[in-house]
Amino acid sequence: MAPVVHIADIHKIYESGEVPVHAVRGVSLDIHKGEFVALMGASGSGKSTLMNLLGCLDRPTRGTYLLDGIDIDKLDRNELADLRNQKLGFVFQGFNLLARTTALENVELPMLYGRHRRHSSAEVRDRAMHCLDIVGLSDRSDHFPNQLSGGQQQRVAIARGLVNQPHVLLADEPTGNLDSRTSIEVMGVFQKLNEQGITIVMVTHELDIARFCKRNLILRDGVVVRDEPTHDRSIAEEALGLLHQAEAAAKLTHAPAA
Amino acid sequence: MRFTSVIRVALRALRRNTMRSMLTALGIIIGVGAVITMVSIGNGAKAQVEAQVASLGQNIISVFPGSFSSGGMRGGYGSAPTLTPEDADAIMAEVEDVDAVSPEVRDRNQVLANGLNWNTNVNGEGPDYAMIRNWRLVSGAMFTDQDVKSLSKVCVIGKTVVDQLFPNEDPIGQSLRIRNLPFRIIGVLDVKGFSLFGSDQDDVVIIPYTSHMRRVSRRTSISMIQIQASGPEKLDKVKQDIEDLLTQRRKGREPDFTVRTQEEIAAAATQTSKTMTLLLGAIAGVSLVVGGIGIMNIMLVSVTERTREIGIRLAIGAHGRDVLTQFLIEAILLSSFGGIIGVTLGIGASELVSYYNGWPVLVSTSSVVIAVAFSAAVGVFFGFYPARKAAQLDPIDALRYE
Ligand SMILES: Nc1ncnc2c1ncn2[C@@H]1O[C@H](COP(=O)(O)OP(=O)(O)O)[C@@H](O)[C@H]1O
Ligand SMILES: [Mg+2]
Repeated sequence: MAPVVHIADIHKIYESGEVPVHAVRGVSLDIHKGEFVALMGASGSGKSTLMNLLGCLDRPTRGTYLLDGIDIDKLDRNELADLRNQKLGFVFQGFNLLARTTALENVELPMLYGRHRRHSSAEVRDRAMHCLDIVGLSDRSDHFPNQLSGGQQQRVAIARGLVNQPHVLLADEPTGNLDSRTSIEVMGVFQKLNEQGITIVMVTHELDIARFCKRNLILRDGVVVRDEPTHDRSIAEEALGLLHQAEAAAKLTHAPAA
Repeated sequence: MRFTSVIRVALRALRRNTMRSMLTALGIIIGVGAVITMVSIGNGAKAQVEAQVASLGQNIISVFPGSFSSGGMRGGYGSAPTLTPEDADAIMAEVEDVDAVSPEVRDRNQVLANGLNWNTNVNGEGPDYAMIRNWRLVSGAMFTDQDVKSLSKVCVIGKTVVDQLFPNEDPIGQSLRIRNLPFRIIGVLDVKGFSLFGSDQDDVVIIPYTSHMRRVSRRTSISMIQIQASGPEKLDKVKQDIEDLLTQRRKGREPDFTVRTQEEIAAAATQTSKTMTLLLGAIAGVSLVVGGIGIMNIMLVSVTERTREIGIRLAIGAHGRDVLTQFLIEAILLSSFGGIIGVTLGIGASELVSYYNGWPVLVSTSSVVIAVAFSAAVGVFFGFYPARKAAQLDPIDALRYE
């Protein structure tokens, strides 16, 4: 089967500053449906730049990118927007939810644009509710972002990323602003989604977070220096169980009821 | 994006900064309020003038002595004393489609009656004068042709004269003295109000023009001829015929008369109030533009503040057009909201002006519609630049914006 993401010898050079910055220097990569990829690397190694390219938010300086067989290079600004709307879901480090807008309305947002705009408001509502349900937040649908914890906000953001049934979910340091426990919870959500067949590419610089993924890519100075399946993969449910026991032992929480 | 959600999003954004939205709208509120008030005052003045023009009578043509350029209607009024009662008779006799003619002699005199005295207009007119002016009598009757022929000492008086000289009694049958001559009162005129030139038309004693010329003023010429044509479509033709006739009667001398139709008089009289309306409206319009600049200013601030939100929307699939519409609708809502409040305020202010100053004020539907439409247009015009700025943002730059 053809890969969902196919990039060949892709480059990105930022020309904006005094000196051009060659942030991505010839990356070639295929990602197939159902993969769960962790993109790792030191700060400044080009992870975000590569993610922006994958997310069609930015265009490569050189090289080809086929998303679902579509050549990005041939699309204009609006067609790229439609492509992002239909085929991609985004999760950001800083959540990027609209303030003073309920969780439900935040999740509805992608359906207000693109080809979904013709859906009835009841349909939009139902689909958003369904996605909030997937991330376990259907009981918080009418909460505003400032009434939610960081982990909950990120789950709302994930629900928003899912709502248009994307081919690939892209997440740039989704656990970067979260404590370790909530990070594992979020990774649990990702694993669950991945089991349902959703392709996920995420950036992280934490090794133990990367171990929840299936494939690890390491980037250094804009080049992929390692690409291998995850050894000794972590499962979020187990990790949470262990964490809970450890916390109980330290009297941080109640012991699990018998 | 669906239209209803666009409106909802825009309203929410405006509510988020209620105070700021109010202050921004205030510029438009003041602008629209000023436009409505000023135009209402101007329209009121115009309507009053038009009512006064209508009170001249219907299908009226006036002949003034002296030749003067158009527009300077009062310039040489009575300055060339050459119009005679014979001119009036000739018009009645020879011009077609003339229903009635009344020569007019004007004067001011001290009038005595009842041990009281009053300085008033004493006008000499023909018997058809009341009919030409569409002026009803509340009691008694107008004098007749016979009275004119016999230089009768009879008169018809206006309401103001009644109030001044006969405050508590019926004036009919009583007499008043003009230049020591007794005139019997045979009719009382209905209230007519103020004239185009601000004089009290009810402050008048009307006597036969012959009596006026022979007994009171001792003049040989008349001040004016009032003519009633048989229909509005006849006015121009009758006017032309009158001019031809009078020119012919003057046998080659320079024309020393001016003929004006009611419409021409009206046009000259309403010109001032039209200019005033325009001027007041223009001044008020400037404040509306200033209000618009306020909107532009706030929308620019809003675009900067919400750069991240714009970035999110663009990343998630909004087209530039969607973002443009969103901010444009916001600006239009803001300005239309201001426009509607401004209209309400403007109507209120107009009522107050008319209540306290007694000025005639007329709030016209068209000025309200235009003001609201114009304020929405201000929103579009001044909202467009900020909205386009938002729409052209680069999604990554916008997302990275702190
Ligand atoms: N918009 C930009 N303009 C210029 N240089 C940039 C821009 N974005 C990133 N860079 C540079 O590109 C390199 C890679 O950055 P980035 O992709 O953000 O790294 P990472 O996400 O791995 O920390 C860095 O050296 C950074 O300074
Ligand atoms: Mg980064």
